[in-house]
Amino acid sequence: MPQTPTIFALSSGAPPAGVGVIRVSGPAAYSALLALAGRVPAPRRASLARLSDASGAPLDEALVLWFPGPNTATGEDLTEFHCHGGRAVIAAVEAALAALPGLRRAEPGEFTRRAFANGRIDLAEAEGLGDLLAAETEWQRAAALVNAGGALSRQVEAWRERVLALSAEVEGVLDFSDEEDAADLPECFTWNIAALKEELSEWLARPRSERLGEGFRVVLAGPPNAGKSTLFNALVDSEAAITSPIAGTTRDVIERSVAIGGVPFTFVDTAGLRDEEAADPIEAIGIGRARGALARADVILWLGPEGEGPESAWEIAAQADRAAIHPKSSARFVVSAITRAGVPMLKQALVAAARQGLPKPGEAALNARQHARLAEVAEALAAAERLSDPLLVAEELRRARLALDRLVGRATTEDMLDALFGRFCIGK
Amino acid sequence: MANFDVIVVGGGHAGVEAACGAARMGARTALVSFDLAAIGAMSCNPAIGGLGKGHLVREVDALDGVIGRAADAGAIHYRMLNRSKGSAVWGPRVQADRVRFKAAVQQTVRSQQNLTLVQGEAAALVLEGGRVAGLALADGTILGAGRVVLCTGTFLGGILYRGEERFEGGRIGENAAKRLAAQLRGADLPMARLKTGTPPRLDGRTIDWAALEEQPSDDEGWTMSPLTARRLNPQVFCAITRTTHAGHDAIRANLHRSPLFSGAIAAAGPRYCPSIEDKIHRFGDREGHQVFLEPEGLDTHIVYPNGISTSLPVDVQETVVRTMPGCEAVRIVQPGYAVEYDHIDPRALTPDLQLRAIPGLYCAGQINGTTGYEEAAAQGLVAGLEAAAAALGKAAPVLDRANSYIAVMVDDLTLQGVTEPYRMLTARAEYRLRLRANNAATRLTGLGIAAGCIGDERRAWWERREALREMFHVKHSERIHARELADLGLPVRHDHGVKTLAEWLRFDGVTPDALAPWLGELAASDPALADELAEDAAYAPYLARQDAELRDLRASEALPLAADFPYGVVPGLSNEMVERLTKAAPGTLAAAGRVPGVTPAALSALLVHARRRISDGQQAA
Ligand SMILES: Cc1cc2nc3c(=O)[nH]c(=O)nc-3n(C[C@H](O)[C@H](O)[C@H](O)COP(=O)(O)OP(=O)(O)OC[C@H]3O[C@@H](n4cnc5c(N)ncnc54)[C@H](O)[C@@H]3O)c2cc1C
Ligand SMILES: Nc1nc2c(ncn2[C@@H]2O[C@H](COP(=O)(O)OP(=O)(O)OP(=O)(O)O)[C@@H](O)[C@H]2O)c(=O)[nH]1
Ligand SMILES: [Mg+2]
Repeated sequence: MPQTPTIFALSSGAPPAGVGVIRVSGPAAYSALLALAGRVPAPRRASLARLSDASGAPLDEALVLWFPGPNTATGEDLTEFHCHGGRAVIAAVEAALAALPGLRRAEPGEFTRRAFANGRIDLAEAEGLGDLLAAETEWQRAAALVNAGGALSRQVEAWRERVLALSAEVEGVLDFSDEEDAADLPECFTWNIAALKEELSEWLARPRSERLGEGFRVVLAGPPNAGKSTLFNALVDSEAAITSPIAGTTRDVIERSVAIGGVPFTFVDTAGLRDEEAADPIEAIGIGRARGALARADVILWLGPEGEGPESAWEIAAQADRAAIHPKSSARFVVSAITRAGVPMLKQALVAAARQGLPKPGEAALNARQHARLAEVAEALAAAERLSDPLLVAEELRRARLALDRLVGRATTEDMLDALFGRFCIGK
Repeated sequence: MANFDVIVVGGGHAGVEAACGAARMGARTALVSFDLAAIGAMSCNPAIGGLGKGHLVREVDALDGVIGRAADAGAIHYRMLNRSKGSAVWGPRVQADRVRFKAAVQQTVRSQQNLTLVQGEAAALVLEGGRVAGLALADGTILGAGRVVLCTGTFLGGILYRGEERFEGGRIGENAAKRLAAQLRGADLPMARLKTGTPPRLDGRTIDWAALEEQPSDDEGWTMSPLTARRLNPQVFCAITRTTHAGHDAIRANLHRSPLFSGAIAAAGPRYCPSIEDKIHRFGDREGHQVFLEPEGLDTHIVYPNGISTSLPVDVQETVVRTMPGCEAVRIVQPGYAVEYDHIDPRALTPDLQLRAIPGLYCAGQINGTTGYEEAAAQGLVAGLEAAAAALGKAAPVLDRANSYIAVMVDDLTLQGVTEPYRMLTARAEYRLRLRANNAATRLTGLGIAAGCIGDERRAWWERREALREMFHVKHSERIHARELADLGLPVRHDHGVKTLAEWLRFDGVTPDALAPWLGELAASDPALADELAEDAAYAPYLARQDAELRDLRASEALPLAADFPYGVVPGLSNEMVERLTKAAPGTLAAAGRVPGVTPAALSALLVHARRRISDGQQAA
């Protein structure tokens, strides 16, 4: 009989690290533990074991844990190996697991998918977990934890209650129009729809959760030789970009992701902007790409002549340790990439800006899918606000409910009826 | 021993539709009832239709059922509820003269081919190898049949309550079916109790009508059934009065004497049809509750006060009604009462209303936990058609949530069960924009013809109408310039371009009548059809949006779940979900999603398991 494959993966951060936690989930989790550790400890008890592979060669001295399903994170049998974090050890244990029958390496997100499929978490939580696993910085982790902890689910639940209550009012008008209680929609009805719609719009305007994964995009721009690449290197703390006194050194867009103060950044170095006519064809392509990068920037650091940069770019007076090539009367920052003067202050300002522009830890953020659903809810509410026929208002509210339900789950008309009967004195 | 294909027990609304439906399908059918003279009796309110319920009547009628035409035959007051709202929630409702309604039902039943009427008490089912083989009557007669449809209403273990008084029976003056109830209880079927009530009947000659606000019958000519060419009876008016503080005080002072509050009745009653004592108890601060005074017939003085169902003692009922304006000197003809009765947990039924535990036994009507004539009639129709189809090796019309309220109800009942008497509401139908009372024939009659349950008269009507529809379609797809409409004074801007007439119908102020210049003679040929097509055009954008939703639904309907699906072994389902899913035994994944409390996460777990079982099965085979 074909069985669900048992999957394994390193579920702690990339090695080398203090401890490497390898998780195994699926029907063969038990036998895998038995095969490597020679015994299976009591459920949910950490126990020290000597791991060895099929040939008996020792692999590691590790803490092992056994969680019988279905009350586990994935809803399946689960084993954890807490190994010493070295690359070689981890690789050896993984190889030993891969050699066992019915086991294979997990695909990205597969643990979460199983947890969802087994009813352990709802969609919004699943997405939060996905973000959590991809999180690299503290800031990302904290934000993802909010979703994984069900903050978005709870918020959606609160909206759903409100839409249900609104639906109940219209349904009352439709199904009990001969009753005095439910003869007409109250005046505040449209106002309540509008208020909810406003609240959703606010959410929709917030930064999306993917932004956390991408990091805050800072693009350095200016004419050739302005010192972009040198400042870029100083900001990312490495020699990622080639610098030289030759104008047109940088020909392509270079990106580096780094965390500053726990906040994820993507710095982007670009080809010096000059007349594309004057540039050779390769440089011209680079300049085209640079313009593209500018369009997607959260902040542009402008190292060129004052006032000639893109709108709302930060004026940077670069190369402050020597006679400036682009002197500025009111630069936002005066920096030298060589002496590092002014660079810490620039970094601080960027961190402050990023905190504004990225989803905040402690505040649930929407990903693209959730954003689309919520936008549909807002659209349905907007339509409901405009319409006067209660039947069509009800249909739009139903659409709003459906989209909310799809956001996290569940859909029954019964809920709406419960809300309806809880509120009115209806019937004879 | 007489043999039949289908035996129907009970001559109420469910039984009549079941028997006539089965007979129309061509099955040799018997209808067994306590008292043949009581067939077609309305136990309570002499009104048919209303919000949601009117849809059911039109749908049963579209499948050539009895209730629509009988309602027209008895109608003495027509009212289109919700007229000011979108047409999908209009609720056609009539008040019917009891005597005329019943006479019409009896006339239909007696002239129905393939149908034998049997007077007697159904005492026991005859079972063979766990299957239905026939029915034993109390007088010892045995009738043979592989399919029996139980439509016994409130008669199973019925107890009537009035103040401190108790009677056995399903309706005042009629016996309870105790022996049958005992057999069913012995069969270990999931049963529960519900309660319902009825108000006192008043003598209309003792009401001061002049003091009250009148509610006249609609003056438009619509009828319940399109086969009823015109209204048949003189139309009467109703009046509106209301309960008062003095009445509320009397109720409050005597609450302890109501079996609902003394604890004598524990069963749940309908939230949307609460007794007057319930209303006062729950919403005591109100100024008064509206009461409609509805004449019960042309040849009777009895008046039905709609809105004060009660089981208070007779003396309190008297005090209360006399505090209502216009009723100061009113005389009660028959006091109100509550009835508590057994019903079967409808989750024990498959979508054809057959009991999973006893093949060949179907249940329809109040016995399944519903309330109302229309709900009963609709289920009776389904059970009758399905039982006949099964007996004859045919297929009954395929009904689903997107084509009928009937299917919405059956689906709700069999998947969600009931915690209170189930009544139809338009809110239960998620696709209600397409399920209008006035397009029932369009939705269902064709299906009925294909299944073979439509008589000649309706078939001829339908064919004429389809021919007209075709002509309308041709006209409606003609492309007309905005200028032409504007020149005729229609509220359309000159520069609005060229559109088909169907598209123009979507514009505010462009009514079907306004299109007369382009439709020619067709315009006056069938105004109801013209209206229906105009509504289709108006709702078209919404319907298009729902189509995507329906595609999703049909996709998950394509994944079957076996009746014995082992929910217990699916990881991630809570014990409660396992219990509910096991009870309801949904036939498809889509149906499982409608079982209350089943989350999308749980559904995806089910999906994974169902797929795996299917692929395992294929590999094993
Ligand atoms: C007191 C009361 C108040 C109600 N109030 C309302 C209301 O206000 N509005 C509303 O819409 N609905 C109301 N209803 C509900 C409505 O009357 C029922 O839902 C509907 O009539 C049920 O139809 P049915 O065909 O299932 O059963 P019924 O109409 O009850 O018919 C049952 C039939 O089965 C026969 N029968 C039963 N057992 C046997 C047997 N063993 N052998 C032979 N024959 C048998 C009976 O004689 C009867 O003919 C009320 C019902 C009652 C009893
Ligand atoms: N003294 C000093 N020299 C600098 C500083 N920044 C850049 N330079 C020098 O200026 C020259 C050009 O710097 P780059 O960083 O390559 O300039 P760029 O803007 O990237 O130029 P392109 O890639 O050609 O567009 C190099 O020789 C750098 O060493 C600085 O802050 N101080
Ligand atoms: Mg450069």
